[in-house]
Amino acid sequence: MQFGIFTVSDITQDPTTGRTPSEHERITDVLTIAQHAEEVGLDVFALGEHHNPPFFSSSPTTTLAYIAAKTSKIQLTTSTTLITTNDPVKIAEDFAMLQHVADGRVDLMLGRGNTGPVYPWFGKDIRQGIDLALENYALLHRLWREDFVDWDGRFRTPLQGFQSTPRPLDDVPPFVWHGSIRSPEIAEQAAYYGDGFFANHIFWPASHTQRMVALYRQRFAHYEHGTAEQAIVGLGGQVFMRKNSQDAVREFRPYFDNAPVYGHGPSLEEFTTQTPLTVGSPQEVIDKTLGFRDYVGDYQRQLFLMDHAGLPLKTVLEQLDLLGSEVVPVLRREFAKNRPATVPDAPTHDSLVAARNAAKAVGGANEAPRGAAFGAAAVKGA
Amino acid sequence: MTTRTLAVVSAGLSQPSSTRMLADKLSDSTVAKLAEQGIDTTVETFELRDVATEIMNHMLTGFPSPKLEAVIEAVTGADGLIAVTPIFTTSYSGLFKSFFDVVDSAALTSLPVVIGATAGTPRHSLALDYALRPMFTYLHAIVVPTGVFAATGDWGESADSVKTLPARIDRASGELAALVASSDRSTSVRDPFALDRPFGHLIGGLTGE
Repeated sequence: MQFGIFTVSDITQDPTTGRTPSEHERITDVLTIAQHAEEVGLDVFALGEHHNPPFFSSSPTTTLAYIAAKTSKIQLTTSTTLITTNDPVKIAEDFAMLQHVADGRVDLMLGRGNTGPVYPWFGKDIRQGIDLALENYALLHRLWREDFVDWDGRFRTPLQGFQSTPRPLDDVPPFVWHGSIRSPEIAEQAAYYGDGFFANHIFWPASHTQRMVALYRQRFAHYEHGTAEQAIVGLGGQVFMRKNSQDAVREFRPYFDNAPVYGHGPSLEEFTTQTPLTVGSPQEVIDKTLGFRDYVGDYQRQLFLMDHAGLPLKTVLEQLDLLGSEVVPVLRREFAKNRPATVPDAPTHDSLVAARNAAKAVGGANEAPRGAAFGAAAVKGA
Repeated sequence: MTTRTLAVVSAGLSQPSSTRMLADKLSDSTVAKLAEQGIDTTVETFELRDVATEIMNHMLTGFPSPKLEAVIEAVTGADGLIAVTPIFTTSYSGLFKSFFDVVDSAALTSLPVVIGATAGTPRHSLALDYALRPMFTYLHAIVVPTGVFAATGDWGESADSVKTLPARIDRASGELAALVASSDRSTSVRDPFALDRPFGHLIGGLTGE
């Protein structure tokens, strides 16, 4: 099972000091946080995409490429990449390129975004959000798997014989997660393609997440990608820890009360009861996180939100230290218990290459070389 | 015996509340009319004041507390709704509007509704028709033609003696009862995760088939 962190890249005033970091400071802080995530033994770093203040992350593959160069093991991904308003051709190109420079340590999570005006800024209509997600991904899926693509859809210029470059590393596309909080169409989409489904339930009650994941698992089996238990599930989480529970609550409360998303609403106590937010000791975080399995089944990836709402860098790094030293090792051990051997790990580039090669060895003797008129693909096919 | 469920939402704030009194009178009259048709009615009455903080929290966080979720489920799954608000500053109260703002905009489709309002003087009575009625029409609820407005005077000697408050209540509840009697909303199973189009059709549509 993979454990990691995800950031929304918000630049928020620290409510305890009144200080707001500059864009440059916050950007370099996130680069530091990503590298520290690897240092403390986490498996995944994920970065969101936004196109308006107070967020900086408009260009995730640029950021992730830098992090890739500074790290050696951690898996780099997004939370999320906007499949609605980005051109799927550019997503295909950017992430294939990132795959190459990161030696395959790349996957991505697709989402529709939560900021209405982004749609008109990019010439789209939010009322077609689901349709955009479905059509754009249908094209993206082909661009990574077919050397030459003819395409005629509703939302972008047609393509004739288009080849997106670079081709995916080892001809294996990056694994895709589909993130959604409330849209059954997206769970269905993930199941249809046999992709992963990520439920960022940090702002939502467990009962809702339970139903969405159950739907995805059931449909994953329906489309014959494996059993329901073999579907690839990821969850969001949000924690703040100190050795003593009371210290965690006291320190985090002003950040909670003023947080951009849920601030000035329910109390910290109400929110921690109703959502996966955990504020307390490492043991409390362990207990609550282990409880996720009770309602989504054995799953593959757990990401935590650690660095938002104006928390200073020093605090975030301390949180990562606690996560890496006291929480994740226990979670790894406990989640491994009673986990059926048939439940797969989250796909990585190496596992996908191995699976592709295994499939080729079984049925590949008669497989026609993949067509390519020129260039590397033609050489490979020859 | 045939059964139906009736949800009653009152946005009155004081105790006792004339808004709640009007809601109860509409409710009692509707239940009586349904009983005449051999229909047994389960009534669930909600004072929005009891979930006022939850409504605002829902607006801020995007999800309801368990307590508010139970209210929303009862209202959206009913065969009929009696919705009564005090008129504040020429319109429904903010609490009343906020409740319907956090209900899914498709959840009241086809729901029979009678609208009621209270205020200090009869001069606010048109608020029923320029504020409440358009809101429920937007939500695709079926609003009965008669809305019931009760001014403070309606509860005493300055009441309208020709078209009396009881007569107006009787007419509105009769209109509601007729629609509730034929409703199957409370017995139909709703799947919140049902797709509105088959997924294969969506994918097929994408590839131009």
